[in-house]
Amino acid sequence: MAEKASQICIVTVTGKDRVGIIARLANAMAKANINIVDVNQKIMEDTFVMTMAVDIGQATIDMGQIKKQLDRIGRQMALKISIQDESIFKAMHRV
Amino acid sequence: MRISPEEVFETVKMTLDHHFDIRTVTLGINLKDCMARDLDWLTKQAQARIVENGQLLNHCAKGLEQKYGIPITNRRIAVTPVSLLLEPLPRKTSTAVKLAKALDTAAKKANIDFLGGFGAMLQKGATATEENLIDALPEALSQTRRICGFLNLASTVAGINMNAVAKVGHVIRDLAHRTENGVGCAKLAVFANVPEDSPFMAGAHHGIGEPDFSLNVGISGPGVVRSVVAQNPDCDLTQLSEVIKRTVFKITRAGELIGRELAGLMKVDFGIVDISLAPTTSTGDSVAEIIEAMGVGRMGSPGTTAALGLLIDAVKKGGAMASANVGGLSGTFIPVSEDAGMIRAVRSGALSLDKLEALTSVCSVGLDMFAVPGDIPPETISAIIADELSIGVVNNKTTSVRIVPVPGAKPGSIVHFGGLLGSAPVMKVATKFSSARFIHRRGRLPAPILALRN
Repeated sequence: MAEKASQICIVTVTGKDRVGIIARLANAMAKANINIVDVNQKIMEDTFVMTMAVDIGQATIDMGQIKKQLDRIGRQMALKISIQDESIFKAMHRV
Repeated sequence: MRISPEEVFETVKMTLDHHFDIRTVTLGINLKDCMARDLDWLTKQAQARIVENGQLLNHCAKGLEQKYGIPITNRRIAVTPVSLLLEPLPRKTSTAVKLAKALDTAAKKANIDFLGGFGAMLQKGATATEENLIDALPEALSQTRRICGFLNLASTVAGINMNAVAKVGHVIRDLAHRTENGVGCAKLAVFANVPEDSPFMAGAHHGIGEPDFSLNVGISGPGVVRSVVAQNPDCDLTQLSEVIKRTVFKITRAGELIGRELAGLMKVDFGIVDISLAPTTSTGDSVAEIIEAMGVGRMGSPGTTAALGLLIDAVKKGGAMASANVGGLSGTFIPVSEDAGMIRAVRSGALSLDKLEALTSVCSVGLDMFAVPGDIPPETISAIIADELSIGVVNNKTTSVRIVPVPGAKPGSIVHFGGLLGSAPVMKVATKFSSARFIHRRGRLPAPILALRN
């Protein structure tokens, strides 16, 4: 795959906190050559929310495949996991 | 500054819990250069362009859906008003029907669910070809699945073409009787002051002032707005307006970003973002429920017009701040059949046809997707249309009518249209006193004076 500039995406995990969420995600990211830039987690409105900023610029798989992998992890761990390009949040939350 | 988890969570919740989506991306396609005296040549050119660009639209929209994690629910095509394409051809209804079928085939091949533009601008008068197109509408719309029709029968500068209004009453009744439960009428909208760039069906078309291609986006988030209104049960109405404005700003920005990028990918001009709040039958995705969350007992009860006025004003202010490309209809849709709260309001007796008409004087987009008994006289259908178009003409705004006469149905019964079109309680129409003599006079209602505004 040709070298691409950085593309920051936000992975959002919501559900019930449990052991090994970050480990599972970090492992999947490393396999696809995706760099983790930042991780945050909080309890919001009684829901566990973890956000992870990742750079998929050098990823070995495309966004659709990343999404499929995340969906699989989500099913196995009973979590909702989404991945979205960061620019959507900037557009919506920054004037 | 990196986006905070709170901001991310707010956006994710909008799509997961409150039905936020890009309701439609609609590609306007110019077909003027396909006009010819040979129908076969015209259809071949038009079909090739529609299929090629429709497939590209679907492909690019799918990619962006993945990139941004926001559903792009409908991908549609609007074409040059078909009456123009018919001008050089023989004035036979069979020609118009053949063209409708050819466009329908192209839409199917491109996997596009609705193609708009089978209509005409005749606010001041109709050419022989336009008369022919109107005559062909019942056959064309009942024999195709994906074709939507529009007729602009009035404008603030031209007045109301009452000859056409009188004729359309018969056309709608005929169309209703050719399709199950009259559902064919869901594909025909008649307008005053129709915008040339609306992405929403059934009225979408690619107006004559448009470039070769134009990508228009319809955002939608009644569920998102209802949720923030419900989260602010005690603030005063001024503050409530602020809350709505901020929310609409955010969803409009999402629409603008995705629309611009989609246009860029397709190498076409970006047109407009239509910020209309468009409900669906999903629980919570309802404009009526926003009004009720504000504190109005039931949609249609006293206070509804004021609440709707507040809502649409806040939506426009938030949207206009978010994008310089706000256009199209950009009102609040209150279709009866496509909004669970509207259906409930009619069934409980809170919302009558008269109140529905009053609501359209403060919000776009007119009397939309409401069912009436199939045996009401064509003159009554025309009179309802004339009333609604007058509101648009006098107030210098768009209004439209999508009326579904349901053959054999009585007031109070429920008809199911299926899918996106939902189901509707059949509304009572006052038919005791006929206005047929008024409609039979025909002519043109003169354009209103725009000064002396009191």
